[in-house]
Amino acid sequence: MKYLLNVTTLTHSPDKCTGCARCAEVCPRGVFEINAKKARITDKDLCMECGACAKNCAFGAITVNAGVGCASAVINGMLSGAEPSCDCGNDTGACC
Amino acid sequence: MNALKKPKKDENVAQAGEGCCGGPAPEGVAACCVKDAEAKAIGEEGCGCGTAPVQASTPPSACCAPPPKDPPLSEERKPCWSPASDFKPRATRVSSDLTLSDRLKHLRCRLGAYRMSYSVAPGLYAVGEPTKTSDVFVSANYGMSFDHLRKALKGTDSWILVLDTKGINVWCAAGKGTFGTAELVERMNSVRLAETVSHRRIILPQLGAPGVAAHAVKEKTGFRVYYGPVRAEEIKQYVEAGYKATKEMRTVGFSFSDRLVLTPMEINPAIKIYLLYALAILIIFGLSPSGISFREAFTNGLPFLILGLAAIFSGALFTPLFLGHIPFRAFSVKGLLTGLVSTLIVSRPLGIASMSPLLQGAVFLFFPALSSYIAVQFTGSTVFTGLSGVKRELKYAIPAYMAAAALTLLLVGAYKLKEWGLA
Repeated sequence: MKYLLNVTTLTHSPDKCTGCARCAEVCPRGVFEINAKKARITDKDLCMECGACAKNCAFGAITVNAGVGCASAVINGMLSGAEPSCDCGNDTGACC
Repeated sequence: MNALKKPKKDENVAQAGEGCCGGPAPEGVAACCVKDAEAKAIGEEGCGCGTAPVQASTPPSACCAPPPKDPPLSEERKPCWSPASDFKPRATRVSSDLTLSDRLKHLRCRLGAYRMSYSVAPGLYAVGEPTKTSDVFVSANYGMSFDHLRKALKGTDSWILVLDTKGINVWCAAGKGTFGTAELVERMNSVRLAETVSHRRIILPQLGAPGVAAHAVKEKTGFRVYYGPVRAEEIKQYVEAGYKATKEMRTVGFSFSDRLVLTPMEINPAIKIYLLYALAILIIFGLSPSGISFREAFTNGLPFLILGLAAIFSGALFTPLFLGHIPFRAFSVKGLLTGLVSTLIVSRPLGIASMSPLLQGAVFLFFPALSSYIAVQFTGSTVFTGLSGVKRELKYAIPAYMAAAALTLLLVGAYKLKEWGLA
């Protein structure tokens, strides 16, 4: 299943990439493949911006504005004027 | 399997050949053990064993000197590997069988607030009879995460390292950063993992990756992070394949049953708000210039109570279940469609068509919007919605919901005024 198209903030710079394949290892959506010792984004729209690839890239080749794709988190953020944050941590915990 | 079997004696005693102090040195480093490698890395001599000859003037360091021949070994003068061999891992033994009580707890987690209190103590656990060469698997301290892992390790001898994630599952905790590099490194140190095992690999659930930087863990502890499969039940396959996961094991599925188990947590919060809604409906329809009529409240309000329930189920149950079959990508639009259909179906036997056009307008405005609003909440439970997408659709959906709510109030207000003969 795919969500909205052309919205993800995922970027990959082949110049910095060493082809270590960590991104392909951690991506739960199969966005990356390794080709000729470089990672390559296969289908950007599969990305759900979890941030695993960027966090595990030791070479800073990947950027993504990571966060929880959760409406109640975004609405909480709108109401409190802060960054989206789901309330999984406290008693209301209905989110995930 | 006997969960409380005593560990075999001496199973955790280090072998000198495995690296005498703190385990074997990392690959490609000319050193005999971790302590040696660390010392050399900061420019010191190292402990001297296994590599270049130690300068004669340097007295053998305490760590790795060969055991003296004379006087004979005593308690005070043990061979170099003694500090490590004296260390007895402090691990709690757990069974890999889930009891009926465990399963009942899982059910309670799926249904409601019990999920917030089902946690296990962080620390080191042992499944079977793990030794210095056994694998180490990392988990969150949410009870269900831990239970799935220990069940998947049935028949193996393994260590489980439980991180303090405040009782939250791996995926959500990784998103928040509590399942993260800092907590992992701290926990590895506090249970003295480097002395518990002689190898330097640690296996994390793949869904913990958003919180953990593998290269930082390597730098801080010497351990290489291996990301295991997404689903705990594929761990044995993963280990047997030489710590390799297939693409299928690396990607998250979201089957009908995966979605079904999540729906109670969509329906429950909505039902709580529904009680307030029901009260409001009864007041609106019972209110007349001469006071509140309970009979009027119930007979006139009932169709709207039923419509409200239909909207909740279309947004919180049908939309999640038939997600892929409902047209359009935005959840708000999916929920709007299912809400329209359910309102149409339910309104027919309720005789909405014979009501005032003002009320009919309110019905077809409010209930599809309600279903849409509830459906959008499911974005928090899926495995394919990203933050940017949710923000994009809410940019349009939130103003639409507010407009629908305001218009509904206007229509119902106009209807009441007309009913009272004031307009």
